Amino acid sequence: MMRFHLSEEQIAIQDAIRGTLADVWQLEQQHKFAGGDADFDPASWNALMGLGLGSILLPESGMGLLDAALVCEVVGEVAAPGPLIGQLLAVAAVSRSSNEAAKAHLAGLEAGSTIATLAFGNSPYVQSARAADLFLKGSREAGISLVEAGEGVTAEPVNSTDRSRPISKVSFDGATTHVLFPAGDPMVGKLFGSALVLIAADALGGAQKCTDMSVAYAKEREQFGQPIGQFQGLKHQLAHMALDVEPARAQVWYAAYAHDADLTDAERAAAMAKAHLCDVYVRCARAAIAAHGGIGYTWEYGLNYWFRRAAFNRAWLGSPSYHRARAADLAGW
Amino acid sequence: MDLSYGAEAESFREEVRAFLKAEWSPGERRKDELKAYVADFRISATDKGYLYRAIPKQYGGSQHPVDVIKAQVIREEFQRARAPMEIAGNGMNMTVPTLLEQGTEEQKDLFIRKTMSGEYIWGQGYSEPGSGSDLASVRTKGELSADGSKWIINGQKIWTSQGMLSTHMFMLVRTEPDAPKHDGITYLLIDLDQPGITRRPIKQMTGEEGNHTFCEFFFDNAETPVSWQVGERGKGWYVSRTTLKHERASIGSADGLGNQFKKLVELAKEVGRIGEPVIRDKLAQIEGYVLSHRYTSFRLFSCAAAGENPGSVSLMMKLYLTEIGHEMALLAQELIGEHAFIEPEGAGGRGPRGPRGPEKWMDQIMGSLGNSIAGGASNIQRNIIGERGLGLPRDAIMSGEK
Repeated sequence: MMRFHLSEEQIAIQDAIRGTLADVWQLEQQHKFAGGDADFDPASWNALMGLGLGSILLPESGMGLLDAALVCEVVGEVAAPGPLIGQLLAVAAVSRSSNEAAKAHLAGLEAGSTIATLAFGNSPYVQSARAADLFLKGSREAGISLVEAGEGVTAEPVNSTDRSRPISKVSFDGATTHVLFPAGDPMVGKLFGSALVLIAADALGGAQKCTDMSVAYAKEREQFGQPIGQFQGLKHQLAHMALDVEPARAQVWYAAYAHDADLTDAERAAAMAKAHLCDVYVRCARAAIAAHGGIGYTWEYGLNYWFRRAAFNRAWLGSPSYHRARAADLAGW
Repeated sequence: MDLSYGAEAESFREEVRAFLKAEWSPGERRKDELKAYVADFRISATDKGYLYRAIPKQYGGSQHPVDVIKAQVIREEFQRARAPMEIAGNGMNMTVPTLLEQGTEEQKDLFIRKTMSGEYIWGQGYSEPGSGSDLASVRTKGELSADGSKWIINGQKIWTSQGMLSTHMFMLVRTEPDAPKHDGITYLLIDLDQPGITRRPIKQMTGEEGNHTFCEFFFDNAETPVSWQVGERGKGWYVSRTTLKHERASIGSADGLGNQFKKLVELAKEVGRIGEPVIRDKLAQIEGYVLSHRYTSFRLFSCAAAGENPGSVSLMMKLYLTEIGHEMALLAQELIGEHAFIEPEGAGGRGPRGPRGPEKWMDQIMGSLGNSIAGGASNIQRNIIGERGLGLPRDAIMSGEK
């Protein structure tokens, strides 16, 4: 039966995650984490994993990429740290692979006691690389492997623009590697596509948050004796932020659904969603700082954390124009 | 998520297909013969319950409870068979729903059947030269005749689509000049064929004129019976807020945009520029919005089928569509290059349209501007999104508006 909007249950799950994160990840924690040199935050990680999110992408979970995307949307909304996308995809990959040695890690991955991070593509920069036990590594050309931290892996911390995602420059040389899917296996493309959809979902959450913060501020801040949101100039700018975000939401849903339902346009839908939503996020983060005025430009107010995450998401696994070029090829233009 | 309509809808689809196969084959019929054939077809499609589903049986409709999925299946199958659906235009979109909710029995009997059959064509009499976005400021005057049986109307209305073809008009007139702005307006129906009414087509920037453009109307002691007043005297503003809710959601609303985008890709191929990275990037950028619009129309449809409120996104669709149209126009302008020198054959409805080269995009390029004006200007849409969607406070000068 035709259904293309969220169920009450899906909304309830998002609310539960929102509530859990609110206990452990507020502006105070964001500032503390940004000012420290840890590349991982156990409190927020354990809170998320305590909700059982590690098992969402197991084949038998009864859930799928859409549900994972809804989680990533909420995580993006609060710009929470932790390599969640890598963790979810590692569970998806390991559970579907026939590599028994890799499967030994599955229980720990599901529980969150074993941490996996994403090392897709040719970029040496990897989130939470010093805390990670495993790297989900790969490219379309080389296939996808699970690499164990330890001997043969070096991680050199870098000053990260996105303070919620500390990165290191990682090199692999003779590390213990479990091949999950060789090049050419359909799972390789699916896992890449899934990563794009989850980044798009994170961007959706972030862009919505930028809009919500701006609207709330415009209702409360007064100038010339009235709330600034009453002035049409700002009102129209805020309307355009909402106009950028709200219709794009369904594009994330579709890309995730196309993956779950194995539709023929799934790969292209993922590329389009990644490109579109990452642009939306960058625009909304810029517009949010403009809408706030001076306070938005300060470190203390914290809006810059979303701005920085928008920059990270945009560049992660290929820029919008890279994915649009792929989408053009995939359409046969 | 699931984009299939379900087994019940699919068996209904078979039924609709069988009906169309048996009943719709216009063949070589032309003009009056075709017109009569279409009229008969609409009657049998209504008898089957495929058309005029929102209209009660007593007024000639097929009277069905709201079922957006069935309505969608009917739309898809009729379009596939190129069979005519309901008569389009203001009459079915505005007059009939308004009468069903607020009309008297006499008015329903007088107007609904003849509007459904296409005999009555309705023009909208809302805007005036001095009343655009500020619609409630209408000044066209209505005064009761000495015996109290007629409204005598003086003033001017403008931007009436199909105005040259219209037989009747629904209009807002000021009947209580001393009442507050919104409370001094009455909603009237009027026969346009009378000596007190003059109409004139307005030539559009596209060059469009004659029977198919919009019109201005001058009222000089025009008359209409008091029994043609809809709703109470002075409550016309609120009567005009009646909108068609029945089975309105449709996935098809996004198809038009999708088809236009496909044509834009075809244009890039036709002019030999589809291989350019800048053009490919711009096309895909625009498609990002086209897809968002398409999947949001799925979302709205799904909410309507489930009887749930989709929230603020439904307020955004008009402006979103308009903005995408501008982006497409700008890219088309680039792609057509020197074809922009050439006025397209039959532009503005003058003469036959084909065959036409890439310059035909000048129609869309100009038409996209009409979208930011007609049916609620874009800045009004931005106010609606900001105020009703985001809950921002109303502009002080407009805080008395309704």
